[in-house]
Amino acid sequence: MRSWRAAAPGAAVALAGAAVFPLALGSTYVTSVAMQVEILMCLALGLNFVVGYAGMLDLGFAAFFAIGSYTSGLLAVDAHWPVLATLPVAVAASLLGAVFIGTPTLRLRSDYLAVVTLGFGEIIQNIVNNLNQTGGPEGIYGIPPLSVGPLTITSTTGYYYVFFVLVVLFVAVSYRARRSRLGRAWLAIREDEDTAYAMGIKVRRYKLYAYMAGSVLGAVTGTFYGSAFVAIAPPSFGFNESLLVVMAVSMGGMGSIWGALLGAGAVVAFPEVFRQFAQARLLVFGVALVLVMVLRPQGIWPEEGLRLGRLKQSARRATRQLTHWASARLGAR
Amino acid sequence: MNALLAAEGLSLHFGGVAALSDVTLEVPEGSLLAVIGPNGAGKTSFFNCLTGYYRPNRGSVRFAGRDITRLPPDQVAALGIRRTFQNVRLFPRLTSRENVLAGAHLRATSNLVAMLLGTPALRRQERLLAEEAEHWLAYVGLAGRGDVLAADLPYGMRKRLEMARALIAHPRLLLLDEPAAGVSSVEREELADVVRRTWESGVTVVMIEHDVELVMRLASTVAVLDRGRLLVQGPPEPVRQDPRVIEAYLGRRQR
Amino acid sequence: MSWNVVVPDIVAGLFLGAFFALIAVGYSMVYGILRLINFAHGDFYMVAAFVSYTLLALVTVGTQVNWGNVIWVGVVTMLAAGVLAVVAERLVYRPMRRAAVLSLMIAALGVSQILENGVLNTPGWGSNYLPFPVTPPGNGFDVASVHYTWLQVAIVLTAAVLVLAVHFIVNHTMLGTAMRAVAQDRVAATLMGVNTDRVISLVFFIGGALAGAAAVTASLYYGQINYLMGFSIGLQAFTAAVLGGIGNVAGAAVGGLLLGILESVGTGLVGAQWALMFAFGALVLTLWLRPTGLLGERVGQRV
Repeated sequence: MRSWRAAAPGAAVALAGAAVFPLALGSTYVTSVAMQVEILMCLALGLNFVVGYAGMLDLGFAAFFAIGSYTSGLLAVDAHWPVLATLPVAVAASLLGAVFIGTPTLRLRSDYLAVVTLGFGEIIQNIVNNLNQTGGPEGIYGIPPLSVGPLTITSTTGYYYVFFVLVVLFVAVSYRARRSRLGRAWLAIREDEDTAYAMGIKVRRYKLYAYMAGSVLGAVTGTFYGSAFVAIAPPSFGFNESLLVVMAVSMGGMGSIWGALLGAGAVVAFPEVFRQFAQARLLVFGVALVLVMVLRPQGIWPEEGLRLGRLKQSARRATRQLTHWASARLGAR
Repeated sequence: MNALLAAEGLSLHFGGVAALSDVTLEVPEGSLLAVIGPNGAGKTSFFNCLTGYYRPNRGSVRFAGRDITRLPPDQVAALGIRRTFQNVRLFPRLTSRENVLAGAHLRATSNLVAMLLGTPALRRQERLLAEEAEHWLAYVGLAGRGDVLAADLPYGMRKRLEMARALIAHPRLLLLDEPAAGVSSVEREELADVVRRTWESGVTVVMIEHDVELVMRLASTVAVLDRGRLLVQGPPEPVRQDPRVIEAYLGRRQR
Repeated sequence: MSWNVVVPDIVAGLFLGAFFALIAVGYSMVYGILRLINFAHGDFYMVAAFVSYTLLALVTVGTQVNWGNVIWVGVVTMLAAGVLAVVAERLVYRPMRRAAVLSLMIAALGVSQILENGVLNTPGWGSNYLPFPVTPPGNGFDVASVHYTWLQVAIVLTAAVLVLAVHFIVNHTMLGTAMRAVAQDRVAATLMGVNTDRVISLVFFIGGALAGAAAVTASLYYGQINYLMGFSIGLQAFTAAVLGGIGNVAGAAVGGLLLGILESVGTGLVGAQWALMFAFGALVLTLWLRPTGLLGERVGQRV
């Protein structure tokens, strides 16, 4: 991330601010919104491995979120496991799913892969919705709170900090991976898969790694999600949710950690700020998504840095196209 | 002298079109072989067969005695064979340095835990690799351009970057597909110089080229392909004067 | 599992397959010419259903079917759906002609979201299941103690006629040759004097129109519409297209019928909520074992 050093002081301030603000502000509503931002940030960072680094469109990321949540929830409620103990099992279940689905399908072209992952997401949601063991349409309730040593976390503020830690952790992991041969291999695959082979990169295996990495982060997020909300149900794990994560990553900036954070913030914060548009929120999102893809397909803050020059160029091009279109309509009389 | 690379009876066809017909040729270790021939002669198809991108319909390819005919490209690369592409395939949104580092994939550690933790050993290795990437950038004349996105480089520099990316892997065999095509005469000289220095350092080079003068200057052997067949292989000057070669390029005089 | 139960399921599957086929053909043609899975295609179908709903509601008194009305509403809906498809192409897909596949797919998702939520937020439409204003008569004939209506026959015939017409256009007219040329090599087609922009728009129009026809017939058949109806049928139609072989009309049609039968028989055995499972399973199996589909071209996999 080339912009890292330049952004470091700003990032430090933001980090400090984020760490203190729930205590400072004291509003449960704002804190809970912030917590939802963090949850989406975690999911976005997870999807970033798949979409942003390896360049594979995954439209069913909610499946891993679901597998993590439900595995953890079931163990905690039915078998009375402490939440932390369910974590490795949830991750293992998610990894299994990733390997099972990924192995035969990751070699497909990106468009087919997108549909298959979409299907996978639908199937998982279908399953948890239809099985009695997973609570059917009502889901699981009574998930115990997270206990870390002597501390039991029950407040929104508490979970704000839990997810805060997760975000920091995920950012660190993303950063480290990006700066290693793993990250470079992924990006090579994303940029030019055929040429990546010529570097000695085992493309299929690395694609699976990216998918697995995403699944781990999704499952971890899901585990803590259950504790935070006490109850989980199928509607939270559908295509709409997968799409929100995709929007966060693609609008924020493909492959960039800042972009994922920014995108997640925008996706959650926007409807909260414009509450009166709540019903039309997704419509506005759709328009925003299309606009960003047409004018700035790499997202707002992509890997290559903000590159505002390109942004101005896109804006100029868009206005030119609009005026051209308008004058053609009006002038052609 | 041992043949580092030996193609035997290589045949490749797409539907009714024969891209390669029974091509048999040897690349002695330490030599610089130039592959020439008119457009459509099958030169790039030949490279693709050597590197596992195409699977020949008949024939075999041996590298250092080992049959590599059916190996996929990543395994071919792992044996120490690197190539550049006729239409320069870089990773556009990666910087020059990152492109070169991508070429060093097989030389970096694959220890996942170390990567996640950022151990001192890993950091040291990364630093050394980065330094070496700088070395190779300078070697091809791109010093100081490490942070420029590959997509933003002018054409001549892109060709050189592709070479640096191949060289950081310390290949035994380097396949260059038209390294000097489409560049100014100044850049052609610089590229030729890089090729020569690389060859002199012990790398076996096979080069597809159209520039006859370049070929005469650099090559130790020349192979001529025409319409998928090997016409002749030998030292540069005799090959250049071979009537079959002249006919292939210029056509037969009509009676 | 007696024959008496399976056969009606198979026949029901044929009707379902007729809808799948109409939508799958559109999907397949757009994919063939642009290598794009237009996720919004199912939503063209959905919007068309709402358009036909509104038109019919305007002209219908009571709930008796006036076939004349149905026919002209059907034609208008097909045109409207075609236009909608072209608008999407012009505004979104054409400017992105050279963009990365990933961005294109996400843009298609965006279009899908716009259409779905646009309908959701339009007064008079909204999120509830809307009953179709006309109830088609149930008169028909009986075969082996199962009742088949004339409506069902009409639906299958309509679908067959349309698909055959498109097949004819694609394979036996200059226009179709132009389409196939653009699909295979856009630059070369331009050099031959083909106006690729217009051809691509036309392909979108045809795909949209077929989706419109499917919308009217499906709405008549099932009696209700909903803003999410496009999503699941879009997935199933895509599966049908892949099953039959993406990129060609006959493949899409065959795939549609097959998938319809498969789903119908399958859900007859294990229950309707698992319908998507069958589609998904069929998709994965096809892509795994026979990526070309039954009649189609090679699906892009590494050499």
